[in-house]
Amino acid sequence: MLEIKNLHVKADGKEILRGIDLKVNAGEVHSIMGPNGSGKSTLAQVIAGRESYEITDGEVIYQGKDLLEMAPEDRARQGIFLAFQYPVEIPGVSNTYFLKAALNALRKERGEEEVDAMDFLALIKEKMKLLGMDETLISRPVNEGFSGGEKKRNEIFQMVVLEPKLAILDETDSGLDIDALKIVAAGVNSLRSPERSFIVVTHYQRMLNYIVPDAVHVLYEGRIVKSGGKELALELEEKGYTWLEDKTAAAVNS
Amino acid sequence: MIEATQTKKGTDPYLSSFAQLQKELEGKQPPWLQQIRKAAISRFSDLGFPTSRQEEWKYTEVAPIRRTLFRPAAYETNGLTTERLTGLTFGNLQCPRLVFLNGHYSAELSSLKGLPETVQVKSLAEVLEQNPDLVKPHLTQHAQYEDHPFVALNTALIQDGALVHVSKGEVIQEPIHLLFLSTAAEEVVAVHPRNLILVDSNSQVTIVESYIGLHKGVYFTNSVTEIVVAENAVVDHYKLHQESRKAFHIDTLQVHQDRSSSVRTFNATLGGELTRNEVNVVLDGEGAECNLNGLYLISGTQHVDNHTRLEHAKPHCDSREMYKGILDEKATGVFHGRIVVRPGAQKTDSKQTNNNLLLSDDALINTKPQLEIYANDVKCTHGATIGQLDPEALFYLRTRGIDRTTARSLLIYAFASQVVNRIKVDLVRTELDDYLFSWLPAGHLVREAI
Repeated sequence: MLEIKNLHVKADGKEILRGIDLKVNAGEVHSIMGPNGSGKSTLAQVIAGRESYEITDGEVIYQGKDLLEMAPEDRARQGIFLAFQYPVEIPGVSNTYFLKAALNALRKERGEEEVDAMDFLALIKEKMKLLGMDETLISRPVNEGFSGGEKKRNEIFQMVVLEPKLAILDETDSGLDIDALKIVAAGVNSLRSPERSFIVVTHYQRMLNYIVPDAVHVLYEGRIVKSGGKELALELEEKGYTWLEDKTAAAVNS
Repeated sequence: MIEATQTKKGTDPYLSSFAQLQKELEGKQPPWLQQIRKAAISRFSDLGFPTSRQEEWKYTEVAPIRRTLFRPAAYETNGLTTERLTGLTFGNLQCPRLVFLNGHYSAELSSLKGLPETVQVKSLAEVLEQNPDLVKPHLTQHAQYEDHPFVALNTALIQDGALVHVSKGEVIQEPIHLLFLSTAAEEVVAVHPRNLILVDSNSQVTIVESYIGLHKGVYFTNSVTEIVVAENAVVDHYKLHQESRKAFHIDTLQVHQDRSSSVRTFNATLGGELTRNEVNVVLDGEGAECNLNGLYLISGTQHVDNHTRLEHAKPHCDSREMYKGILDEKATGVFHGRIVVRPGAQKTDSKQTNNNLLLSDDALINTKPQLEIYANDVKCTHGATIGQLDPEALFYLRTRGIDRTTARSLLIYAFASQVVNRIKVDLVRTELDDYLFSWLPAGHLVREAI
């Protein structure tokens, strides 16, 4: 599904990612953990196509294609979805027509007919129920005046409507209470299938109790310093990220 | 006096126009107006055209108007028919309307069907000939010309325009459309429309004033509208400006509000090469409220200057103001919003907002809020923003599969719609929406999405 090779990325002249290698197969859930500033969000945004980053080396292959050559909208149409860490407020654009435009752009790409208003309404009502969302949110402008939790839930809501092939969740769990977290996890789990992959970027292990990953990678100072199974997340939770720092320092010193 | 050496100021041709008009009107105009005209032309001659050295005109250079030799415009249909009007944006004919061609009333294109007989909607020229006493207490009494050369010029050259008089207690449901068409193609002409709208107590009316250029000609519209709103009356005023892209347009809207009256204005500037819109409101009775709105949507080398002046003269008045500008290519704009709170105008509640969206690196806006407060128990706020499309929002939309052009169009539309949605008349809002959809690169897709 996705293969990242030796990816180096700079932002404002500063190297943020310093050689990332990662392979995600169809149907797998990978979690990327790491302390603040380790480059987790940069990696998520680079996959989604943010143009303000400078790719200095490496490649990203998605479904056999060079992902870095594609515009963000083309990546989305090919099935990539990023749930933003900080979803953007768009005053004046209602959630409904934003999502309808997005869904139709994807359907068009897949050679499907545009969804009509009635079917669309039925679809979003069903998905909102799944995520326990207040129906009034849908007619409001995108994320405007939403609480932090509502914004995160709205990201997952968009994801379940758009049904991506590769979904990247960028710290979707941060700031959520346990009930909201369970709802978000239920949304993700409802989409899990052998054809669909997830990259779950998180600072905390907590969400991984509900979205059980196939692999956990630890990102530190722009590199993946450790990979393992779901138990690695627990180990990190227990020992904290300082354990990593000590370990890296020890490795450098030896 | 008139023949004096004013060549440098470029006022000469207008002084000749004045002399010519005086001859034509000899014996046909009331003496009181004759006096006012003379005072006004003399003031215009003294003031000359404003220059950018004057604070009020600092960012708007009117030299191109001064340098162009305009002739007085004649009534000219150029084969224009009612059918042809129907296709124009803002030219819709579903409401009762007065149509003016090059500033002159056109009886054949006007229609007052659907209006009750108690409301007077007439050509001002006609009223001045037949019943000048009706307008005497108000005409020229509100729009001050002492410090304003263009208002002075308009006042001196008053010929025609609309007179609307809504009598006490009347509620007029249908908007009244005042449609000013320029048929100028080759001829370089000047028109000075003058409108007077009198709204008696407890009555209600909606006025739509539109200015449309039918050809791509160079011409000059110098219009003045006075609205006098009596106690507890409600007025909605829309001005839609879609003059030719080579036209000069200087407009003053002067509103006088009495106790507990309510006025809402909306100024949409889409056309013209050089435009100055002035909206001056005096809240002159307790409990009056007004709501000023504007949208300027310009590109190329268009220049639009919106000057508003809100005067809180009495206590307990509320005012709200929202102007939004979208400027592309090399367009330039000015927003100058002044709020004056007179001594004793306690409990004034005023809020002003001006937001600008610059779509290119060459577009430019000067925005200046100005508060002058001479009372101590008031609430006045203002805020101005200048920005580009939010790259975060753009990226967000694109990650959902919406292409760049559509995403940009969607964000621009969203920006404009915040003020467009304040339009209460469906017909006007729809037409403005339609214009936006045609102006935006992916407008048709935005329309479908919405």
